[in-house]
Amino acid sequence: MEIDRADGRNPNQLRPLSCSRGVLNRAHGSASWAQGSTQVLAAVYGPKAGTKKNENPEKASVEVIWKPKTGQIGKQEKEYEMVLKRTLQSICILTIHPNTTTSVIVQVVHDDGALLPCAINASCAALVDAGIPLKHLAVAICCCLADSGLVMLDPTKLEEEKMKAFVYLVLPNSILSVLPEESSSVKGEQMEQGLITSVTHGVMSVDDYLHCLERGRAATSKMSDFLRRNLQPQLSSDSSKAG
Amino acid sequence: MGTPNAVGDWSSEMEVSAFRRLFPLHYYERHLSESIRPDARPLKRARDTIVSLGAVASSDGSALAKIGSTTMLAAIKMEVMTPSVDLPDEGSIAVEFHMPPICSPVVRPGRPAEVAPVISKQLFDSLLSSGMIDLKELSLIKGKAAWMAYLDIYCLDADGALFDAALLSAVAAFSHLRIPVVSLNDEGRMVMVSKELEGEKLDKEPVDKERRKLSLKSIPFSLTCILHKNYILADPTFEEESIMETFITVVLNSSGQLVSLYKPGGPVLAHTSAIQECVALTRQRMKELEEIIDEAISTMEID
Repeated sequence: MEIDRADGRNPNQLRPLSCSRGVLNRAHGSASWAQGSTQVLAAVYGPKAGTKKNENPEKASVEVIWKPKTGQIGKQEKEYEMVLKRTLQSICILTIHPNTTTSVIVQVVHDDGALLPCAINASCAALVDAGIPLKHLAVAICCCLADSGLVMLDPTKLEEEKMKAFVYLVLPNSILSVLPEESSSVKGEQMEQGLITSVTHGVMSVDDYLHCLERGRAATSKMSDFLRRNLQPQLSSDSSKAG
Repeated sequence: MGTPNAVGDWSSEMEVSAFRRLFPLHYYERHLSESIRPDARPLKRARDTIVSLGAVASSDGSALAKIGSTTMLAAIKMEVMTPSVDLPDEGSIAVEFHMPPICSPVVRPGRPAEVAPVISKQLFDSLLSSGMIDLKELSLIKGKAAWMAYLDIYCLDADGALFDAALLSAVAAFSHLRIPVVSLNDEGRMVMVSKELEGEKLDKEPVDKERRKLSLKSIPFSLTCILHKNYILADPTFEEESIMETFITVVLNSSGQLVSLYKPGGPVLAHTSAIQECVALTRQRMKELEEIIDEAISTMEID
Protein backbone atom coordinates (compact mmCIF):
# COMPACT_ATOMS: atom_id res chain seq x y z
CA MET A 1 0.00 0.00 0.00
CA GLU A 2 2.28 2.75 -1.20
CA ILE A 3 1.02 6.28 -1.08
CA ASP A 4 2.81 8.86 -3.14
CA ARG A 5 3.77 11.83 -1.05
CA ALA A 6 3.81 15.20 -2.71
CA ASP A 7 7.54 15.68 -2.20
CA GLY A 8 8.44 12.14 -3.24
CA ARG A 9 9.51 10.88 0.16
CA ASN A 10 8.70 7.37 1.31
CA PRO A 11 6.55 6.99 4.45
CA ASN A 12 9.47 6.48 6.81
CA GLN A 13 11.57 9.32 5.54
CA LEU A 14 12.06 12.52 7.49
CA ARG A 15 12.58 15.89 5.85
CA PRO A 16 16.12 17.29 5.82
CA LEU A 17 17.02 18.47 9.32
CA SER A 18 19.22 21.41 10.08
CA CYS A 19 20.18 22.94 13.40
CA SER A 20 22.38 25.91 14.22
CA ARG A 21 23.25 26.91 17.75
CA GLY A 22 24.30 30.25 19.15
CA VAL A 23 22.42 32.25 16.52
CA LEU A 24 21.40 35.05 18.90
CA ASN A 25 23.96 37.21 20.63
CA ARG A 26 22.16 38.44 23.76
CA ALA A 27 20.40 35.20 24.68
CA HIS A 28 22.21 32.85 27.05
CA GLY A 29 21.44 30.01 24.66
CA SER A 30 19.74 29.90 21.31
CA ALA A 31 19.09 27.50 18.47
CA SER A 32 17.38 27.51 15.12
CA TRP A 33 15.88 24.19 14.04
CA ALA A 34 14.49 23.47 10.60
CA GLN A 35 12.68 20.38 9.34
CA GLY A 36 12.13 20.91 5.62
CA SER A 37 10.47 24.34 5.41
CA THR A 38 9.25 24.41 9.02
CA GLN A 39 11.66 26.58 10.97
CA VAL A 40 11.60 27.60 14.61
CA LEU A 41 13.97 29.83 16.56
CA ALA A 42 14.32 29.22 20.31
CA ALA A 43 16.12 31.39 22.87
CA VAL A 44 16.88 30.56 26.49
CA TYR A 45 17.49 33.08 29.25
CA GLY A 46 18.38 31.84 32.65
CA PRO A 47 18.55 30.73 35.32
CA LYS A 48 17.23 33.99 36.74
CA ALA A 49 16.54 34.54 40.40
CA GLY A 50 13.08 34.02 41.80
CA THR A 51 10.03 32.02 40.78
CA LYS A 52 6.49 33.05 39.99
CA LYS A 53 3.88 33.05 42.72
CA ASN A 54 2.28 29.68 42.12
CA GLU A 55 5.48 27.78 41.46
CA ASN A 56 7.28 25.64 43.99
CA PRO A 57 10.37 27.55 45.24
CA GLU A 58 12.21 24.34 46.10
CA LYS A 59 12.66 23.54 42.43
CA ALA A 60 13.78 25.47 39.39
CA SER A 61 10.91 26.46 37.14
CA VAL A 62 10.66 26.79 33.38
CA GLU A 63 8.66 29.52 31.68
CA VAL A 64 7.75 29.32 28.00
CA ILE A 65 6.67 32.14 25.72
CA TRP A 66 5.42 31.14 22.29
CA LYS A 67 5.34 33.74 19.56
CA PRO A 68 3.41 32.82 16.40
CA LYS A 69 4.53 34.04 13.01
CA THR A 70 1.42 36.16 12.46
CA GLY A 71 -1.73 36.95 14.35
CA GLN A 72 -2.55 37.37 18.00
CA ILE A 73 -1.80 34.96 20.78
CA GLY A 74 -4.80 32.66 21.19
CA LYS A 75 -5.68 29.32 22.72
CA GLN A 76 -3.53 27.32 20.31
CA GLU A 77 -0.43 29.22 21.43
CA LYS A 78 -1.36 28.75 25.11
CA GLU A 79 -1.71 25.02 24.54
CA TYR A 80 1.68 24.82 22.85
CA GLU A 81 3.21 26.81 25.72
CA MET A 82 1.78 24.42 28.29
CA VAL A 83 2.88 21.26 26.47
CA LEU A 84 6.36 22.67 25.85
CA LYS A 85 6.72 23.82 29.46
CA ARG A 86 5.78 20.45 30.90
CA THR A 87 8.00 18.58 28.44
CA LEU A 88 11.01 20.77 29.24
CA GLN A 89 10.36 20.49 32.97
CA SER A 90 10.58 16.73 32.67
CA ILE A 91 13.99 16.82 30.99
CA CYS A 92 15.65 19.54 33.10
CA ILE A 93 17.20 18.60 36.42
CA LEU A 94 15.08 20.90 38.54
CA THR A 95 16.76 20.32 41.87
CA ILE A 96 20.13 21.81 40.93
CA HIS A 97 19.18 25.50 41.01
CA PRO A 98 16.12 25.89 43.25
CA ASN A 99 14.14 29.12 43.28
CA THR A 100 15.19 30.14 39.78
CA THR A 101 13.31 30.61 36.52
CA THR A 102 14.60 29.67 33.10
CA SER A 103 12.72 31.38 30.26
CA VAL A 104 12.41 29.74 26.88
CA ILE A 105 11.14 31.95 24.08
CA VAL A 106 10.01 30.25 20.90
CA GLN A 107 9.54 32.22 17.69
CA VAL A 108 7.88 30.51 14.74
CA VAL A 109 9.70 31.48 11.56
CA HIS A 110 7.70 29.31 9.17
CA ASP A 111 5.03 26.67 9.73
CA ASP A 112 4.94 23.86 7.20
CA GLY A 113 3.70 20.98 9.34
CA ALA A 114 5.07 19.34 12.52
CA LEU A 115 5.39 22.72 14.25
CA LEU A 116 5.30 21.58 17.87
CA PRO A 117 7.92 18.82 17.41
CA CYS A 118 10.18 21.31 15.63
CA ALA A 119 9.78 23.76 18.52
CA ILE A 120 10.55 21.07 21.11
CA ASN A 121 13.70 20.07 19.25
CA ALA A 122 14.77 23.70 18.93
CA SER A 123 14.16 24.38 22.65
CA CYS A 124 16.16 21.30 23.62
CA ALA A 125 19.11 22.44 21.49
CA ALA A 126 18.83 25.95 22.94
CA LEU A 127 18.89 24.56 26.50
CA VAL A 128 22.07 22.65 25.65
CA ASP A 129 23.55 25.82 24.18
CA ALA A 130 22.76 27.71 27.38
CA GLY A 131 24.33 25.02 29.52
CA ILE A 132 21.17 24.22 31.54
CA PRO A 133 21.65 20.82 33.23
CA LEU A 134 19.46 18.16 31.60
CA LYS A 135 18.73 14.53 32.45
CA HIS A 136 18.59 13.51 28.81
CA LEU A 137 17.60 15.11 25.54
CA ALA A 138 14.12 15.01 24.07
CA VAL A 139 13.49 14.04 20.47
CA ALA A 140 10.15 15.05 18.99
CA ILE A 141 8.50 13.63 15.94
CA CYS A 142 5.16 13.85 14.14
CA CYS A 143 3.37 10.84 12.66
CA CYS A 144 0.29 11.14 10.54
CA LEU A 145 -2.25 8.46 9.74
CA ALA A 146 -3.84 8.02 6.34
CA ASP A 147 -7.30 6.50 5.88
CA SER A 148 -5.77 3.23 4.78
CA GLY A 149 -3.93 2.92 8.10
CA LEU A 150 -0.54 3.78 6.65
CA VAL A 151 1.68 5.75 9.03
CA MET A 152 3.78 8.55 7.54
CA LEU A 153 6.47 10.42 9.40
CA ASP A 154 7.09 14.16 9.43
CA PRO A 155 4.14 15.45 7.37
CA THR A 156 4.01 18.81 5.64
CA LYS A 157 1.14 21.21 6.37
CA LEU A 158 -0.90 19.97 3.41
CA GLU A 159 -0.44 16.37 4.49
CA GLU A 160 -1.45 17.22 8.08
CA GLU A 161 -4.66 18.79 6.86
CA LYS A 162 -5.54 16.01 4.45
CA MET A 163 -4.90 13.05 6.76
CA LYS A 164 -7.51 11.82 9.17
CA ALA A 165 -5.28 12.11 12.23
CA PHE A 166 -1.79 13.00 13.37
CA VAL A 167 0.19 12.48 16.55
CA TYR A 168 3.04 14.48 18.06
CA LEU A 169 5.37 12.25 20.08
CA VAL A 170 8.30 13.21 22.27
CA LEU A 171 10.67 10.48 23.36
CA PRO A 172 13.96 10.54 25.25
CA ASN A 173 16.99 10.27 23.01
CA SER A 174 18.63 6.90 22.63
CA ILE A 175 21.35 5.97 25.05
CA LEU A 176 24.96 5.83 23.94
CA SER A 177 26.59 3.94 26.75
CA VAL A 178 30.19 3.02 27.45
CA LEU A 179 28.95 0.22 29.69
CA PRO A 180 27.92 -3.15 28.24
CA GLU A 181 24.40 -3.76 26.92
CA GLU A 182 22.75 -5.39 29.99
CA SER A 183 22.89 -2.32 32.19
CA SER A 184 20.71 -0.23 29.89
CA SER A 185 17.52 -2.19 30.37
CA VAL A 186 15.21 -1.48 33.26
CA LYS A 187 12.95 -4.39 34.20
CA GLY A 188 12.93 -5.70 30.67
CA GLU A 189 11.81 -2.45 29.04
CA GLN A 190 14.55 -0.07 28.02
CA MET A 191 14.37 3.58 28.95
CA GLU A 192 14.26 4.64 25.35
CA GLN A 193 10.86 3.09 25.01
CA GLY A 194 9.22 5.46 27.46
CA LEU A 195 7.05 8.26 26.14
CA ILE A 196 7.54 11.78 27.48
CA THR A 197 4.73 13.58 25.68
CA SER A 198 1.93 12.72 23.29
CA VAL A 199 -0.61 15.07 21.69
CA THR A 200 -3.09 13.74 19.14
CA HIS A 201 -5.45 15.39 16.67
CA GLY A 202 -8.23 13.56 14.91
CA VAL A 203 -9.79 10.19 15.54
CA MET A 204 -7.89 6.92 15.14
CA SER A 205 -8.18 3.43 16.49
CA VAL A 206 -6.10 2.44 19.52
CA ASP A 207 -4.10 -0.02 17.40
CA ASP A 208 -3.25 2.72 14.91
CA TYR A 209 -1.96 4.85 17.77
CA LEU A 210 0.28 2.07 19.08
CA HIS A 211 1.52 1.52 15.54
CA CYS A 212 2.42 5.24 15.27
CA LEU A 213 4.22 4.94 18.60
CA GLU A 214 6.38 2.10 17.32
CA ARG A 215 7.25 3.95 14.14
CA GLY A 216 8.07 7.04 16.17
CA ARG A 217 10.42 5.04 18.40
CA ALA A 218 12.20 3.62 15.36
CA ALA A 219 12.70 7.08 13.93
CA THR A 220 14.07 8.61 17.12
CA SER A 221 17.35 6.76 16.77
CA LYS A 222 18.04 8.59 13.49
CA MET A 223 17.13 11.94 15.03
CA SER A 224 19.17 11.20 18.17
CA ASP A 225 22.25 10.59 16.04
CA PHE A 226 21.71 13.86 14.21
CA LEU A 227 21.22 15.71 17.49
CA ARG A 228 24.30 14.18 19.06
CA ARG A 229 26.50 15.07 16.10
CA ASN A 230 25.13 18.57 15.96
CA LEU A 231 25.51 19.29 19.64
CA GLN A 232 29.22 18.50 19.74
CA PRO A 233 31.02 21.42 21.37
CA GLN A 234 31.85 24.10 18.84
CA LEU A 235 35.57 24.66 18.49
CA SER A 236 35.32 28.31 17.39
CA SER A 237 35.70 30.85 20.19
CA ASP A 238 32.42 31.49 21.95
CA SER A 239 32.44 34.89 23.65
CA SER A 240 31.21 34.63 27.21
CA LYS A 241 27.52 35.18 27.66
CA ALA A 242 27.41 36.61 31.15
CA GLY A 243 23.91 37.92 31.81
CA MET B 1 14.60 17.50 55.36
CA GLY B 2 12.91 14.82 53.35
CA THR B 3 15.48 12.03 53.71
CA PRO B 4 14.05 8.55 54.27
CA ASN B 5 15.59 8.17 57.72
CA ALA B 6 14.24 11.49 58.93
CA VAL B 7 10.78 10.66 57.62
CA GLY B 8 10.85 7.27 59.29
CA ASP B 9 11.71 8.83 62.62
CA TRP B 10 9.02 11.47 62.38
CA SER B 11 6.20 9.26 61.17
CA SER B 12 5.85 7.48 64.45
CA GLU B 13 5.77 10.71 66.42
CA MET B 14 3.62 13.19 64.57
CA GLU B 15 -0.06 13.40 63.80
CA VAL B 16 -1.37 12.08 60.53
CA SER B 17 -2.56 15.45 59.22
CA ALA B 18 0.79 17.07 59.95
CA PHE B 19 2.63 14.22 58.22
CA ARG B 20 0.32 14.63 55.26
CA ARG B 21 1.21 18.30 54.88
CA LEU B 22 4.94 17.97 55.51
CA PHE B 23 5.77 14.81 53.57
CA PRO B 24 2.94 14.41 51.08
CA LEU B 25 4.76 12.06 48.75
CA HIS B 26 5.70 9.64 51.53
CA TYR B 27 2.15 9.78 52.87
CA TYR B 28 0.80 8.79 49.47
CA GLU B 29 3.40 6.11 48.87
CA ARG B 30 2.51 4.46 52.16
CA HIS B 31 -1.05 4.20 50.92
CA LEU B 32 -0.14 3.11 47.41
CA SER B 33 1.95 0.22 48.68
CA GLU B 34 -1.28 -1.11 50.24
CA SER B 35 -3.15 -0.47 46.94
CA ILE B 36 -5.44 2.13 48.40
CA ARG B 37 -5.73 5.92 48.40
CA PRO B 38 -6.35 8.28 51.32
CA ASP B 39 -10.02 8.64 50.40
CA ALA B 40 -10.36 4.83 50.61
CA ARG B 41 -10.72 4.35 46.87
CA PRO B 42 -8.93 1.46 45.14
CA LEU B 43 -6.34 2.72 42.66
CA LYS B 44 -8.40 2.12 39.55
CA ARG B 45 -11.73 3.46 40.68
CA ALA B 46 -13.11 6.88 39.74
CA ARG B 47 -15.01 9.07 42.18
CA ASP B 48 -18.83 9.14 42.42
CA THR B 49 -20.27 10.93 39.41
CA ILE B 50 -23.56 12.81 39.22
CA VAL B 51 -25.09 14.47 36.16
CA SER B 52 -28.13 16.70 36.33
CA LEU B 53 -29.73 18.14 33.19
CA GLY B 54 -31.49 21.47 32.85
CA ALA B 55 -29.59 23.28 35.58
CA VAL B 56 -29.84 26.69 33.86
CA ALA B 57 -33.43 27.48 32.91
CA SER B 58 -32.70 30.45 30.65
CA SER B 59 -30.40 28.54 28.30
CA ASP B 60 -31.32 26.25 25.44
CA GLY B 61 -29.46 23.31 26.95
CA SER B 62 -27.57 22.94 30.19
CA ALA B 63 -26.17 20.43 32.63
CA LEU B 64 -24.35 20.22 35.93
CA ALA B 65 -21.76 17.46 36.31
CA LYS B 66 -19.95 16.49 39.48
CA ILE B 67 -17.10 14.01 39.67
CA GLY B 68 -16.31 13.73 43.37
CA SER B 69 -16.01 17.40 44.38
CA THR B 70 -15.11 18.75 40.92
CA THR B 71 -18.21 20.59 39.73
CA MET B 72 -18.82 21.91 36.21
CA LEU B 73 -21.82 23.85 34.94
CA ALA B 74 -22.33 23.83 31.17
CA ALA B 75 -24.86 25.95 29.29
CA ILE B 76 -25.59 26.32 25.58
CA LYS B 77 -27.13 29.37 23.93
CA MET B 78 -28.11 29.22 20.28
CA GLU B 79 -27.90 32.15 17.89
CA VAL B 80 -28.58 32.46 14.20
CA MET B 81 -25.66 33.51 12.05
CA THR B 82 -24.63 33.42 8.39
CA PRO B 83 -22.61 30.32 7.58
CA SER B 84 -19.18 30.68 6.05
CA VAL B 85 -18.79 30.72 2.28
CA ASP B 86 -16.82 27.49 1.99
CA LEU B 87 -19.19 25.51 4.25
CA PRO B 88 -22.65 26.90 3.46
CA ASP B 89 -24.63 23.99 4.86
CA GLU B 90 -22.96 23.70 8.26
CA GLY B 91 -23.47 25.49 11.54
CA SER B 92 -20.74 25.85 14.13
CA ILE B 93 -19.91 25.59 17.82
CA ALA B 94 -17.89 27.90 20.06
CA VAL B 95 -16.55 26.48 23.32
CA GLU B 96 -15.30 28.56 26.23
CA PHE B 97 -14.10 27.15 29.54
CA HIS B 98 -14.08 29.56 32.46
CA MET B 99 -12.36 29.17 35.79
CA PRO B 100 -13.83 31.90 37.99
CA PRO B 101 -12.14 32.65 41.33
CA ILE B 102 -14.79 30.62 43.14
CA CYS B 103 -13.28 27.37 41.95
CA SER B 104 -9.86 27.42 43.55
CA PRO B 105 -7.71 29.51 45.89
CA VAL B 106 -5.06 29.69 43.17
CA VAL B 107 -7.26 31.63 40.73
CA ARG B 108 -7.73 35.35 41.36
CA PRO B 109 -9.46 37.98 39.16
CA GLY B 110 -6.20 39.44 37.89
CA ARG B 111 -4.47 36.09 37.65
CA PRO B 112 -6.43 33.79 35.31
CA ALA B 113 -5.65 30.08 35.46
CA GLU B 114 -3.16 28.88 32.86
CA VAL B 115 -5.09 25.70 32.17
CA ALA B 116 -8.34 27.41 31.18
CA PRO B 117 -7.57 28.23 27.51
CA VAL B 118 -5.83 24.87 27.10
CA ILE B 119 -8.88 22.96 28.34
CA SER B 120 -11.14 25.14 26.12
CA LYS B 121 -9.18 24.17 23.06
CA GLN B 122 -8.99 20.50 24.00
CA LEU B 123 -12.74 20.37 24.57
CA PHE B 124 -13.40 22.00 21.22
CA ASP B 125 -11.10 19.56 19.42
CA SER B 126 -12.56 16.53 21.20
CA LEU B 127 -16.18 17.51 20.61
CA LEU B 128 -15.68 18.19 16.93
CA SER B 129 -13.33 15.39 15.95
CA SER B 130 -15.22 12.68 17.83
CA GLY B 131 -18.10 13.04 15.40
CA MET B 132 -20.66 13.57 18.15
CA ILE B 133 -22.33 16.50 16.42
CA ASP B 134 -23.15 16.61 12.75
CA LEU B 135 -22.74 20.29 11.91
CA LYS B 136 -25.14 19.87 9.00
CA GLU B 137 -27.94 19.43 11.53
CA LEU B 138 -27.27 22.97 12.71
CA SER B 139 -28.05 24.42 9.30
CA LEU B 140 -31.32 26.29 8.71
CA ILE B 141 -31.27 27.64 5.18
CA LYS B 142 -28.32 26.67 3.05
CA GLY B 143 -26.00 29.58 2.48
CA LYS B 144 -28.16 32.06 4.39
CA ALA B 145 -28.73 31.01 7.99
CA ALA B 146 -27.30 28.47 10.36
CA TRP B 147 -27.10 27.96 14.10
CA MET B 148 -24.09 28.89 16.19
CA ALA B 149 -24.07 27.07 19.52
CA TYR B 150 -22.19 28.95 22.23
CA LEU B 151 -21.14 26.45 24.89
CA ASP B 152 -19.90 27.98 28.13
CA ILE B 153 -18.57 25.79 30.88
CA TYR B 154 -18.01 27.22 34.33
CA CYS B 155 -15.84 25.43 36.82
CA LEU B 156 -17.41 25.86 40.23
CA ASP B 157 -15.05 23.66 42.21
CA ALA B 158 -11.65 22.55 40.90
CA ASP B 159 -10.68 19.33 42.62
CA GLY B 160 -8.71 17.49 39.94
CA ALA B 161 -9.71 15.84 36.65
CA LEU B 162 -11.06 19.13 35.25
CA PHE B 163 -11.09 18.00 31.64
CA ASP B 164 -13.09 14.84 32.43
CA ALA B 165 -15.79 16.73 34.28
CA ALA B 166 -15.91 19.48 31.66
CA LEU B 167 -16.31 16.99 28.80
CA LEU B 168 -19.03 15.14 30.71
CA SER B 169 -20.95 18.35 31.37
CA ALA B 170 -20.59 19.42 27.70
CA VAL B 171 -21.92 16.08 26.46
CA ALA B 172 -24.81 16.20 28.93
CA ALA B 173 -25.67 19.77 27.91
CA PHE B 174 -25.76 18.78 24.25
CA SER B 175 -28.04 15.87 25.02
CA HIS B 176 -30.37 18.26 26.86
CA LEU B 177 -30.28 20.84 24.06
CA ARG B 178 -33.59 21.77 22.41
CA ILE B 179 -33.18 23.93 19.34
CA PRO B 180 -35.51 26.96 19.46
CA VAL B 181 -38.19 27.45 16.83
CA VAL B 182 -37.53 30.26 14.36
CA SER B 183 -39.30 31.62 11.33
CA LEU B 184 -38.39 33.94 8.51
CA ASN B 185 -40.00 37.35 8.90
CA ASP B 186 -40.89 39.86 6.18
CA GLU B 187 -37.49 41.46 6.06
CA GLY B 188 -35.89 38.09 5.40
CA ARG B 189 -34.44 37.79 8.89
CA MET B 190 -34.83 34.90 11.23
CA VAL B 191 -36.77 35.66 14.36
CA MET B 192 -37.35 33.50 17.39
CA VAL B 193 -40.90 32.34 17.80
CA SER B 194 -41.69 33.08 21.41
CA LYS B 195 -43.11 30.42 23.69
CA GLU B 196 -46.65 31.85 23.84
CA LEU B 197 -47.09 31.77 20.08
CA GLU B 198 -45.74 28.28 19.64
CA GLY B 199 -49.05 26.56 20.00
CA GLU B 200 -51.14 28.99 17.94
CA LYS B 201 -51.47 29.31 14.23
CA LEU B 202 -48.75 31.53 12.81
CA ASP B 203 -48.78 33.76 9.76
CA LYS B 204 -45.38 32.65 8.60
CA GLU B 205 -44.42 28.99 8.64
CA PRO B 206 -41.65 28.35 11.14
CA VAL B 207 -38.58 26.60 9.88
CA ASP B 208 -38.86 23.83 12.48
CA LYS B 209 -42.28 22.84 13.77
CA GLU B 210 -41.14 21.83 17.22
CA ARG B 211 -38.07 22.19 19.33
CA ARG B 212 -35.93 19.43 18.01
CA LYS B 213 -32.97 17.70 19.60
CA LEU B 214 -29.62 16.99 18.02
CA SER B 215 -28.91 13.39 17.17
CA LEU B 216 -25.70 12.53 18.97
CA LYS B 217 -23.58 9.67 17.72
CA SER B 218 -20.08 8.62 18.86
CA ILE B 219 -20.16 10.45 22.17
CA PRO B 220 -16.68 11.11 23.63
CA PHE B 221 -15.83 10.15 27.22
CA SER B 222 -12.53 10.66 28.97
CA LEU B 223 -10.49 9.52 31.92
CA THR B 224 -7.40 11.12 33.43
CA CYS B 225 -4.90 8.78 35.08
CA ILE B 226 -1.82 9.62 37.09
CA LEU B 227 1.37 7.66 36.55
CA HIS B 228 3.67 7.34 39.52
CA LYS B 229 6.49 4.78 39.49
CA ASN B 230 4.61 1.57 38.68
CA TYR B 231 1.23 2.72 39.90
CA ILE B 232 -1.63 4.01 37.81
CA LEU B 233 -4.24 6.06 39.68
CA ALA B 234 -7.53 6.78 37.94
CA ASP B 235 -9.40 10.07 38.41
CA PRO B 236 -7.00 12.09 40.59
CA THR B 237 -7.98 14.75 43.12
CA PHE B 238 -6.27 18.14 43.13
CA GLU B 239 -3.89 17.03 45.88
CA GLU B 240 -2.83 13.93 43.96
CA GLU B 241 -2.28 15.96 40.79
CA SER B 242 -0.07 18.47 42.56
CA ILE B 243 2.11 15.83 44.22
CA MET B 244 2.47 13.32 41.39
CA GLU B 245 2.77 15.44 38.31
CA THR B 246 2.58 13.00 35.44
CA PHE B 247 -0.90 12.48 34.05
CA ILE B 248 -2.34 11.03 30.88
CA THR B 249 -5.83 11.82 29.56
CA VAL B 250 -7.45 9.32 27.20
CA VAL B 251 -10.61 10.26 25.30
CA LEU B 252 -12.55 7.45 23.60
CA ASN B 253 -15.79 7.75 21.70
CA SER B 254 -18.63 5.30 21.92
CA SER B 255 -17.55 3.62 18.66
CA GLY B 256 -14.36 2.62 20.52
CA GLN B 257 -12.01 4.92 18.64
CA LEU B 258 -9.29 7.01 20.24
CA VAL B 259 -10.21 10.68 20.03
CA SER B 260 -7.25 11.98 21.99
CA LEU B 261 -4.34 10.66 24.03
CA TYR B 262 -2.82 13.61 25.85
CA LYS B 263 0.28 13.28 27.97
CA PRO B 264 1.94 16.66 28.47
CA GLY B 265 5.41 15.76 29.74
CA GLY B 266 5.93 14.83 33.36
CA PRO B 267 8.77 13.11 35.20
CA VAL B 268 7.47 9.57 34.58
CA LEU B 269 7.86 8.06 31.11
CA ALA B 270 4.92 6.07 29.78
CA HIS B 271 5.67 2.63 28.42
CA THR B 272 3.33 0.81 26.05
CA SER B 273 1.95 -1.36 28.86
CA ALA B 274 0.96 1.73 30.87
CA ILE B 275 -0.73 3.28 27.83
CA GLN B 276 -2.71 0.12 27.15
CA GLU B 277 -3.80 -0.08 30.76
CA CYS B 278 -4.99 3.54 30.72
CA VAL B 279 -6.99 2.85 27.56
CA ALA B 280 -8.57 -0.21 29.18
CA LEU B 281 -9.51 1.83 32.27
CA THR B 282 -11.05 4.47 30.02
CA ARG B 283 -13.16 1.83 28.29
CA GLN B 284 -14.52 0.69 31.64
CA ARG B 285 -15.18 4.24 32.72
CA MET B 286 -16.96 4.90 29.43
CA LYS B 287 -19.54 2.22 30.22
CA GLU B 288 -20.18 3.74 33.65
CA LEU B 289 -20.57 7.23 32.20
CA GLU B 290 -22.90 6.07 29.42
CA GLU B 291 -25.22 4.57 32.03
CA ILE B 292 -25.15 7.74 34.10
CA ILE B 293 -26.01 9.94 31.13
CA ASP B 294 -28.77 7.61 29.92
CA GLU B 295 -30.28 7.62 33.38
CA ALA B 296 -30.17 11.41 33.55
CA ILE B 297 -31.86 11.70 30.16
CA SER B 298 -34.62 9.26 31.06
CA THR B 299 -35.26 11.03 34.38
CA MET B 300 -35.63 14.28 32.46
CA GLU B 301 -38.06 12.82 29.98
CA ILE B 302 -40.30 11.48 32.69
CA ASP B 303 -40.72 14.95 34.18
